[in-house]
Formats: sequence, structure tokens, C-alpha cells
Amino acid sequence: MSDQTGSAGVVLKYTVSPDDFTRAGEASSKVKNILKQMGISPDVIRKVSIAMYEGEINMVIHAHGGEITVTITPQEVLMELKDVGPGIEDVEKAMKAGYSTAPEQVRALGFGAGMGLPNMQGCTDEMKVETELGVGTTITMSVHMEDK
Amino acid sequence: MTINELIKQLPLTIISEGDLSREISKVFCCDLLSVAMGKAPADCAWVTVMGNVNTLAVASLTDAACVTLAEGTVLDEVVVEQAKTQGITVLATTEPVFDMALQIHQKLTAE
Ligand SMILES: Nc1ncnc2c1ncn2[C@@H]1O[C@H](COP(=O)(O)OP(=O)(O)O)[C@@H](O)[C@H]1O
Ligand SMILES: [Mg+2]
Repeated sequence: MSDQTGSAGVVLKYTVSPDDFTRAGEASSKVKNILKQMGISPDVIRKVSIAMYEGEINMVIHAHGGEITVTITPQEVLMELKDVGPGIEDVEKAMKAGYSTAPEQVRALGFGAGMGLPNMQGCTDEMKVETELGVGTTITMSVHMEDK
Repeated sequence: MTINELIKQLPLTIISEGDLSREISKVFCCDLLSVAMGKAPADCAWVTVMGNVNTLAVASLTDAACVTLAEGTVLDEVVVEQAKTQGITVLATTEPVFDMALQIHQKLTAE
């Protein structure tokens, strides 16, 4: 992980290791703790945690791990999850609740309910999925800070 | 009601002790982690039979007050250690999910 503070906000970078279920969620937990220390509202923290964890798990299950960049500015928490996995064949279908290609051993662990992408969309204010078969997937998500 | 008060009243054993003075908001049941991730209310007592390291991640990220493993579900030694280091309260019971959840609900609403 690296941590830079600049005019663009706080930038955090994480590497998600492939096929390591025991470590999936590490990056999300770290971001959660940092946001807590920064005094960000619990609602924003919860949304970011859920969206990022689902994305992280997907990178472990469906891709071969990847890189996550989180940028925290006064306006938003921006997450970019980039993998060089197989890509998503039909994004519209993948976004539907209940759609999953997760293998049986993943289901046995409590995942593969096909709720990840819908959860990510529900928790974020903006979400963009860029994917190419055989090349990889980049998901960009933004959770806006509440104006209070 | 706090976790401590709940433990005194119900057949629950402590597997990992976090902050037992935490107030419980609601009881929540689910074994699918993705669903729990999206739906578990903050400060809930989450009752499940899914006992693995990802259960801890979900409990921590959703800010559940405690995880209650039902039906005699056991956690790996390694996972118990992780729960302890992360300060996540994990309780266990041999009772089925519904029975335990109902009892927790009754205690919470009897207040
Ligand atoms: N990073 C990814 N790379 C390749 N395929 C993906 C990725 N993320 C999601 N998918 C595809 O989209 C489907 C739906 O994802 P999701 O809603 O998270 O459900 P689940 O992970 O439970 O299968 C997955 O089963 C998989 O086919
Ligand atoms: Mg998923």
C-alpha cells in the first residue's frame, strides 16, 4: 500500500492477491479504518466498505486479483478496481441480482449469490464498468460525501 | 440491550471477545455473505451458520455488534485468532438459527 497526500486528495493503492479468500477484504478494511480516522460520516463509510469489498471479492473469484486505487477528496470517495481477468461477457446480465457464474466451492463459502454488482451499484452514486473479454475489467465507483 | 446482558440471559458461549458493552440494535439472520453484506443493519446481532474468515470481514465492514454462530458451527483456530485481533465478538450456540434469533429478538423487545 502507498499513501500520498496532494492537492488531488488522499490517494491509496492496494494490490489484491488472486485466489486468496483469507485476505480478500483486507483493502476494504484498511480504507474503512482510514475513513473512520478522517471523521467521514458512518453512512459514507458503510457504502464505500460494502462496494469495495464486493469489488475486491469479485477480483479474487472471477479475475486473478488486481489493483485498487482509492482517492478521497472533500467531495467524494472514488474507487478504481482494475483487473486483467477474463472480462465480463454481458455486463447488463451480470448486473442483474441473482446472476452468477461463481463455481460451487465459492458458493460453499457464502458467496456467489449474484448480489455483488447490484450491491455495488446500490451503494454508490456513480458506477462505470469497462470490460473487454480476455483483457480485463475496470470498475470505477464514486460515493459522494453528504453535504451537511 | 448490550451483548453482555444478552449473554447472561441466553445459552451463548463466547468464542471471541470484542467490546461486550456494545448496544445491539436488531437481530439479523442470513448465511449468504453477499446478502448479509448489503442488508445487515449496523450494530446488529447477526445469527448465521456460515463460519469462515469472510464472515468476520462482513461483520466488520457492516459494523455488526456481534456474530452468533448457530447449530454448533465451529470456527477454525486461525479464524478465532483473527476475530480476537480484530476485536470482533463471536458467540456460539447449539440452537438452530431461528430459535436463537427469536430468543434474541424477544430479549431486545422485552426491554
Ligand atoms: N471482475 C470481474 N471479472 C470477470 N467477471 C466478473 C467480475 N466481476 C463480476 N463478474 C461476473 O459478473 C457476475 C455477477 O457478479 P456479482 O453480482 O458480484 O455476483 P457473484 O460474484 O456472486 O457471482 C459474476 O458471476 C461474474 O460472471
Ligand atoms: Mg460478487
